[in-house]
Amino acid sequence: MIRIQDIRKSFGDVEVLKGINFEFEAGKNNLIIGKSGAGKTVLLKILIGLFEPTNGSVWYDQQQLGGLNKDQLKALRMQIGMLFQGNALFDSMNVEENIRFPMDMFTAMTAKEKQDRVDLCLERVSLEGSNLKYPSEISGGMQKRVGIARAIVLQPKYLFCDEPNSGLDPKTAITIDELISTITVDNNITTVINTHDMNSVMEIGDNICLLNQGKLAWKGGKEEVIDSENEVLQDFIFASPFLKKLKARALGG
Amino acid sequence: MFVSCKDKQKMISSYLEHLGKFVLWQRNVYNKPENWRMYYKEFVRQLYDIGIGSLPIIALISVFLGAVTVIQFYYQMEGTLIPPYYIGYIVRDMTIIELAPTFTCLVLAGKVGSNIASEIGGMRQKEHIDAMEIMGVNTSAYLVMPKVLAALFIIPMLVCVSALISIMGGYLASVPTGLFTSAEYILGLRSFFIPYNVFMMFVKAVVFAFILTSVPAYQGYFVKGGSIELGAASTRAVVFSDILILLADYLIALVLTA
Ligand SMILES: Nc1ncnc2c1ncn2[C@@H]1O[C@H](COP(=O)(O)OP(=O)(O)OP(=O)(O)O)[C@@H](O)[C@H]1O
Ligand SMILES: [Mg+2]
Repeated sequence: MIRIQDIRKSFGDVEVLKGINFEFEAGKNNLIIGKSGAGKTVLLKILIGLFEPTNGSVWYDQQQLGGLNKDQLKALRMQIGMLFQGNALFDSMNVEENIRFPMDMFTAMTAKEKQDRVDLCLERVSLEGSNLKYPSEISGGMQKRVGIARAIVLQPKYLFCDEPNSGLDPKTAITIDELISTITVDNNITTVINTHDMNSVMEIGDNICLLNQGKLAWKGGKEEVIDSENEVLQDFIFASPFLKKLKARALGG
Repeated sequence: MFVSCKDKQKMISSYLEHLGKFVLWQRNVYNKPENWRMYYKEFVRQLYDIGIGSLPIIALISVFLGAVTVIQFYYQMEGTLIPPYYIGYIVRDMTIIELAPTFTCLVLAGKVGSNIASEIGGMRQKEHIDAMEIMGVNTSAYLVMPKVLAALFIIPMLVCVSALISIMGGYLASVPTGLFTSAEYILGLRSFFIPYNVFMMFVKAVVFAFILTSVPAYQGYFVKGGSIELGAASTRAVVFSDILILLADYLIALVLTA
């Protein structure tokens, strides 16, 4: 469980986040949604400590992020997996070396154990046999999946995904959503996903946080989305005229 | 160009700010490794990149350094009463004290320094550094320390090689062309030898090696923006390294010959 209290963040004079309170629950897919530029990435980076909030606090269970010493922070970080918006795969390493990197760095596992774990993770993301390819040699969707494999290799307690399915076709996007969702439930991970993909919201949105103009505009589960009266939410979900029409028809008939 | 007083103040305070940031950052760089093997692997890779990778260019430059020094001194001394074997002695000491360490390191600042700045800067921009930080890696240490240590280890050796090749270059430029005899050159090389000069050479090599890796690493690590800024950071890395190397050269000369 991760809890944030009154998070504010300014860049210069611009206040991007204006006091956000939320609780990201364990074993669930917690979604941060909102328009492009709403501050999703900034909030995610505050959650993982890459940005320091101007005000407010982030709590990982009983630990406050800002109050940790170096060793505690490191211990916490080893329980965190992160999929970046641009994957951030190390391009001088092949797929296998990328996934192995956290193990090489932090564990005393034998070569055989590492290899087994790499193969297991690749299997989970359905990329068996791509071990020796370089990031530049595989497609965007495959890179995302390698990113996920690398994020889960140390069996994290907290998983963060910044737009895991942006730039993917709807089918592949759903596969990735399902993959993240399964991993989350299977391992009781606290997963936080940034997205503006409607399919994701409806598919895996267990606990949703809607950002609008730096504020929390709505929160709830996917079941509550359709019936919600919240204007910002409705406007966000039924963005296209086509969807609006569809909704009107559904309500009318 | 007219620079107003206020601009100058700003410029100076910005330099001081960078200096402070650089010094404070060093504390993060020299830290206990998370994993000795990974750091060692990186160290060895850097030894190879910096050492073997720079050998051809250093060899090429050194040959000419020696050759030109010999020819120009011969030109200056022709018709004087100074015996020709002095040229061997001059080439040897010029090379050891000044040319080999300074020239080699200025060239390495261009080659190795810009390489380090763009490698680390690229990793910053592609969020590789963030990704490593999130994993719990101390990126300042992992990305910088092996490079600096490898340079401190291998660059003095490169400088040594450079001095040797430069002396051989002087030989090639003079003996086969008949400026003086092999025996005279070698007599010169063996005359008035002061081991302390070699010590000076190593001091310079070590200090320059530190500069030409740390400064570019700093420029790369804190780069902001996009590819234009990365290019600028890489250029700045080389320019600042060069300036600092020359400044250090002067200071070392002052201190060690006092
Ligand atoms: N490092 C930064 N410096 C200054 N301003 C920033 C910085 N990072 C983000 N911002 C500003 O914060 C705001 C929110 O950006 P953010 O990247 O969080 O949007 P987002 O919701 O993730 O959008 P998208 O869906 O397009 O990824 C933007 O207006 C952006 O200009
Ligand atoms: Mg974003």
